[in-house]
Amino acid sequence: MSLVIHNLHARVVGGQEILRGLNLEIEKGRVHAIMGPNGSGKSTLSKIIAGHPDYEVTGGEVLLDGVNILGMEPDARSRAGLFLAFQYPVEIPGVSNANFIRAALQARLAAGEELEATEYYGDLYKEMDRLEIPRGFTARSVNEGFSGGEKKRNEVLQMAMLKPSYAILDETDSGLDIDALKIVAAGVNAQRGPNIGMLVITHYQRLLDYIVPDVVHVLVGGRIVRTAGPELAYELESKGYDWIKDELEAAATA
Amino acid sequence: MSTETISQLDVDRTRGDFHYPEQHTFDAGVGLSHATIDYIADVKNEPDWIREFRHKALDVFESKPMPTNWASKDLDNIHFDKIRYYLANAQRPTRSWDEVPDDVKRTFERLGIPEQERKFLAGVEAQFDSEAVYSNMKKALGDQGVIFVGSTDGLKDHPEIFRKWFGKVIPTGDNKFSALNSAVFSGGSFIYVPPGVKLKHPLQAYFRINAENFGQFERTLIIADEGSEVMYMEGCTAPKFETATLHSAVVELVALKGAKIQYVTVQNWSANVFNLVTKRAVAHEEAEVKWIDCNIGSRLTMKYPGVVLKGRKARGEVLSIALANNGQHQDTGAKMIHAADETTSNVISKSISIGEGRASYRGQVHIPKHLKGCKNNTECDALLINSTSRTDTYPAITVRGSGNSVQHEASVSQVSAEQIFYMQQRGLSEAQAMSLSVNGFVNDLVREFPMEYSVELKRLIDLEMEGSVG
Repeated sequence: MSLVIHNLHARVVGGQEILRGLNLEIEKGRVHAIMGPNGSGKSTLSKIIAGHPDYEVTGGEVLLDGVNILGMEPDARSRAGLFLAFQYPVEIPGVSNANFIRAALQARLAAGEELEATEYYGDLYKEMDRLEIPRGFTARSVNEGFSGGEKKRNEVLQMAMLKPSYAILDETDSGLDIDALKIVAAGVNAQRGPNIGMLVITHYQRLLDYIVPDVVHVLVGGRIVRTAGPELAYELESKGYDWIKDELEAAATA
Repeated sequence: MSTETISQLDVDRTRGDFHYPEQHTFDAGVGLSHATIDYIADVKNEPDWIREFRHKALDVFESKPMPTNWASKDLDNIHFDKIRYYLANAQRPTRSWDEVPDDVKRTFERLGIPEQERKFLAGVEAQFDSEAVYSNMKKALGDQGVIFVGSTDGLKDHPEIFRKWFGKVIPTGDNKFSALNSAVFSGGSFIYVPPGVKLKHPLQAYFRINAENFGQFERTLIIADEGSEVMYMEGCTAPKFETATLHSAVVELVALKGAKIQYVTVQNWSANVFNLVTKRAVAHEEAEVKWIDCNIGSRLTMKYPGVVLKGRKARGEVLSIALANNGQHQDTGAKMIHAADETTSNVISKSISIGEGRASYRGQVHIPKHLKGCKNNTECDALLINSTSRTDTYPAITVRGSGNSVQHEASVSQVSAEQIFYMQQRGLSEAQAMSLSVNGFVNDLVREFPMEYSVELKRLIDLEMEGSVG
């Protein structure tokens, strides 16, 4: 059981190619990290897997437990078990967090089935406590007026409630101070286990001190150029990305 | 909220879009003339003063031009000579659903009215085309002196109250359509609440158009005597016909000293209805009038509920929601006429335009120079769903004098693709995501509504959004 990205090519609708034959397999029970310089295609990858309408896939496939999800609407991909924790979570004025998460869960039930309210709030409060989110949060509008830390915690809360089989965390560390980062990472770690595969996208190694990956990939120019264990992240942190770019250029001209 | 409650309030478009064959005992025929008016007055066996009132009103109607200089040119598509002005089966409504003719009863049962009456209403009037077919009120209210009847019964049985206020809040010549209503009105409610009587449960009227090429012209007059309180709710539906149907009501409210009136409308007209309604209240000293107005459906709605704040410390409020879908124009707003010191008014309007729908807001706030301590707050927010959707705002605020304050805020926002993508990523379909955005947009306003109506409104919004995504 895995999320397989096979020879994926994609671009901004009508624009330049951003992913150029990307291969990656995220197994259930493991955490992969993708690191890469700005503009390497990290965030684009997450949006393309989730089905953002601004991008088009020009080749390859994305298989979720064997099913190609590229022809599916974003909501169908979500219900199939894919979750994306956004780098910039969107505000939805007037819609309370409790109602939003409830609607998302309700969307997973068969027609005519109703989410049981007491049970739902029980689960929600349990997950909120874990993320140190105060109760008043349920009545606030989704992400409206949230601090960066609150937004990221909300993403992790939604992930906990929706229990995806595969989760992509896009720059979940951006905009977080160290205390917030610890809380968010603890929330993510609590969800690790044999039933979920995770892809953590980050620019900095810092996040990977708290969410320790099984595998680290480096994305440059729309391709995975290196794959290794967690030690790769430290190497990148000390040497920067130029080191890899230089190596690539050297290899290309050799 | 249990699912049972939701289904009992299920008055959606598909539910309203049906009709049974017509068989009318009374039919004034097609077109409008003084003979039409005599027919109506004869059939209703009305006193002479009303007959004269109607004839004069027809002259006023004919003398007034269509307001197309400021309003929609679509008004020119109303063909007054092709409309039927009076259709009825009987002259007196029954007090028992068992006595309502089967086909008519079936209509209201499908709309869920008898059930709602049992559950939470203090009284119900059900109008079918020109006349009320059913009218009943809890006995205890009658014992307290509350009157809740149709306008026809009101003017006959309670002339001493009726005549004193009828046509005083909205004179015949107020506008072309108030003149038309004054000429051919039939049905609507007449309500009188005696001093100090506070109704715990709402009174409800349901207006149903069943016939094609028809004009419904109900006339409602509500008088809340000193210190009394009443909530009135109205619902409206019509089946979808190919030809235009006209609904042109006049609603007059009088809140005497310290009285409170809340008037709630949830209209769900089919897209062939011209809905041109004049609604106004007079609030005396320390009285409070609140209009809650939800406009969904219709081809063109023009409606600007108003409050004349006549007594010191009177309060007026208009909370409105308009949803304009493809081929629809919701031209709505509010009028607040301050005419005494320390009067306050509040207008909150939210409009949603979908597809090529158009929502316009027209607001008038008038505070003359000699008054002191008056306050107005106006907020109007528009939400555009598509790039082809349209909204316009036409505020007219005249506030003079230094002792008064006015606050006006307007905003236009659009449901962004990022918002929809975010919600879809959580598993909501595009239509569900749109619906949630729209419900979020109106949410703070809907919280002010009676529970029963906020649930129905949410359902109606969901239905509109479902049809608009494709």
